[in-house]
Amino acid sequence: MPLLELDNIVVEFPTRRGPLEAVKGLSLDLDEGEILGLVGESGAGKSITGAAITGLIEPPGLIRSGEVRLRGARVDNLPADKMRRIRGKEIGAIFQDPLTSLNPVYTVGEQLIDTMRVHLDLDQKTARQRAIDWLAEVGIPAPEARLDQYPHQFSGGMRQRVVIALALCAEPKLIIADEPTTALDVSVQAQILALLKRLCRENGTAVVLVTHDMGVIAETADRVAVMYAGRLVEIGDVKQVIEEPLHPYTRGLMASIPQIGIRDRRLTQIEGAMPGLRNAAPGCAFAPRCPRAMEHCHSIRPAPQDAGTGQVACHFYGETS
Amino acid sequence: MFAFLIRRIIQAALVMLVVASIAFLMFRFLGDPISNLLPEDATVQDRAEMREKLGLNDPVLVQYGRFIADAAQGDFGQSYRNNRPVSDLLAERFPATAELVLVAAGLALALGVPLGIYTALNPRGWLSQGLQVISLLGISVPTFVTGILLILVFSVTLGLLPSFGRGTVVDLGWWTTGFLTPSGLKALILPAIMLALFQMTLIMRLVRAEMLEVLRADYIKFAKARGIPNRMLHFKYALKNTLIPVMTIFGLQLGGLIAFAIITETVFQWPGMGFLFIQAVNFTDVPVMAAYLVLVSFIFVVINTLVDLLYNVADPRLRAERTPAHGV
Ligand SMILES: Nc1ncnc2c1ncn2[C@@H]1O[C@H](COP(=O)(O)OP(=O)(O)OP(=O)(O)O)[C@@H](O)[C@H]1O
Ligand SMILES: [Mg+2]
Repeated sequence: MPLLELDNIVVEFPTRRGPLEAVKGLSLDLDEGEILGLVGESGAGKSITGAAITGLIEPPGLIRSGEVRLRGARVDNLPADKMRRIRGKEIGAIFQDPLTSLNPVYTVGEQLIDTMRVHLDLDQKTARQRAIDWLAEVGIPAPEARLDQYPHQFSGGMRQRVVIALALCAEPKLIIADEPTTALDVSVQAQILALLKRLCRENGTAVVLVTHDMGVIAETADRVAVMYAGRLVEIGDVKQVIEEPLHPYTRGLMASIPQIGIRDRRLTQIEGAMPGLRNAAPGCAFAPRCPRAMEHCHSIRPAPQDAGTGQVACHFYGETS
Repeated sequence: MFAFLIRRIIQAALVMLVVASIAFLMFRFLGDPISNLLPEDATVQDRAEMREKLGLNDPVLVQYGRFIADAAQGDFGQSYRNNRPVSDLLAERFPATAELVLVAAGLALALGVPLGIYTALNPRGWLSQGLQVISLLGISVPTFVTGILLILVFSVTLGLLPSFGRGTVVDLGWWTTGFLTPSGLKALILPAIMLALFQMTLIMRLVRAEMLEVLRADYIKFAKARGIPNRMLHFKYALKNTLIPVMTIFGLQLGGLIAFAIITETVFQWPGMGFLFIQAVNFTDVPVMAAYLVLVSFIFVVINTLVDLLYNVADPRLRAERTPAHGV
C-alpha cells in the first residue's frame, strides 16, 4: 500500500466571481521513503496541493471532492483535532522562508521541546536532550549552547536547519517541503537540500519537494510530478522525465535548461503564459502554447495514461504510441 | 544594556529641561506675580520691595537657573491663590489622582486584553462584532459625555453611586486613601469607569488588531503545521508576540490617563491634581500650573523610560546581542 494517495482531489476557493478551482482533479501515489519532486510554473497549484495533504488549506478554500489517504486511511475528512494530531506526527511541513518560520520570542529549544512533547510521550529532561541531539543532527555546532538562543541569533541557513529539525523532531513519515531553499543564498541551498535528503533517507521519511528548480529535482528526487494549471500533466522517474520527457510541456521545461544539473534555472522560458484558473476551455490547458497541438487538443481534455515510467496526459503521446 | 540605560536617562533629563523651560516661560508671560501676591491697595514701594524679594530684578538667566534648581528640589514657590507652598498642595492632591488612575488603568487592562483576545480568536462571532461596535462608540463618544451619562443613570436615576467627591478617606500620614472605606470605594467606581472606558476600548482594539496580525504570521502557520494544539498556539505562541507591542502603547497611555484625569476629575469634582490644575487655570495661579506641568511630564517620562526598559527585557531581539549569528 502506498504511504500517501491523492485520489482525484479538487481544491476550490469560493470567490465573489464564483468558485475558483486551484487543483482540478489530481491523483498521485507516494511510497514510503520516496522523494517526489513537484514542479510547475507559478500558480500551477503546487502549494495548494501540499496544503491539501497537510489539511491546511486556508478557509474558505476547501477540498471539494476526492480523497487524501495516508496508509490507506482517509485524512481529508478528519475532525480538526484528529488532523492536528496527524500534523507534525505523521505529516510534517517545511516552508519557504526560514527567517519568518520561527517564533521570534521563544528559544529554538523551547519550540523543539514543545513540538516533541505535544506528540511524543517525553518528560522535559528527555525532550531537552533530544532537542540537543536534533540540533547536532541538522549540523548546528555547539548545540547545547545554541538550544537556549533565539532565532534572530542564527543565520538564514542555520535557521532553515532548525526548521528542518522542527519538522522532523516528532518523526513524521512524510514531509511536505514547499520551496525549502528558495529564500536562501545559492551557496547554502545545496547544503540544506543534501541535509534534508540525508535525514529523510536515514529515517525512511517520504518527501514531497515543491520547487521551481529542475536542478534541485535532478539531484534530490526519485520521481517527478509536473503540474500545469491545476492538473498533473506528467509523472515518472526522475531520470526519464528529465532525459526523455513525454509531455510537450515537460519538454519545454527541460529544453529551457541548457544543462541538466545546473542550479537556479527557472521555469519561465516557454512562450506564452499559463491560462487563468477560471479558463473553462474544454481541451488541454497547454494546447494554446503547445507546438504540437492538434485540432482535438483544443476540444477534448486528455486523461492521464500509463506511459514511460509513470503517466502522461497528452493526446500526442496517445497517437504516437 | 547599561549604556542603553544611561542614554535613556540623559534623554529623559533633556525632556524635563525643555518642560521646565516652558514652565518658566509661563511665569514670565502669564499674569503679573506682584499684583497677584499683593493686596489691591499696595503702594508702589511695596511692589518694588516684593520684586526685589522675589528676585524679579535679576537677569533672566539667573532667574531661570534659580527656577530650575528649585524645581529640581520640588520647590515651586507659593500658590498665588491660597499662599501655601505649591508642593504641599500637590502632595495633598496626588493620592486622589494616583488611586483614580491606577484603578482605571487596571480596569482597562483587565477588561481590554481578554476582550481583545476573544474578539481576535472569534472574529465572526456575534459577541465579537457587538463588542467591535460598542468599542467604536467608546472611542468616538467624548469622555465627558460618558461621565455625565454615568452620573445620570447611576447617581440621579438609580441613586446607587455618588456623583462627586472621594467619599470618606483614611489618612495614613503620607497618603490619603479611599480604598479602605465603603464610601471611598463607592465614590471611585463611576470616575474610574469613565476614565477607563476610552483606554479599555483602545486596548481591546489594539490587542485584537495585533493578535489577528500575529495569527497570520508564518511562524504561527508553521507551528500549526507541527500540530501544536490551539490552546498553546493562541495563548503561548501568539499571545507573547501580541502583548509586547501592546505593552509599549499601554505604557504611553498610562501617561495619557493622568492627563485625561483632568476631565474626569472636573466632571466628578474629584479632589485630585487635575481638578487643582483646572482651578489654578481659572485664577491664573501660575506656580500651581507650572508645577502640575512639570510633575505630570516627570511621571510621563519616568513611565516611558521604564516601559522602554521592560520592552528590552521582554523582546529577545532587542536584548544586547552578545552572540553574533554564525554563518552556515
Ligand atoms: N487563498 C486563496 N484564495 C483564492 N485563490 C487562491 C488562494 N490561494 C491560492 N489561490 C490560487 O490557487 C492557485 C495555485 O496557487 P499555488 O500557491 O498552489 O501555486 P504554486 O504552484 O505554489 O505557485 P508558486 O510557484 O508561485 O508558489 C493560484 O493561481 C492562486 O491564485
Ligand atoms: Mg507555491
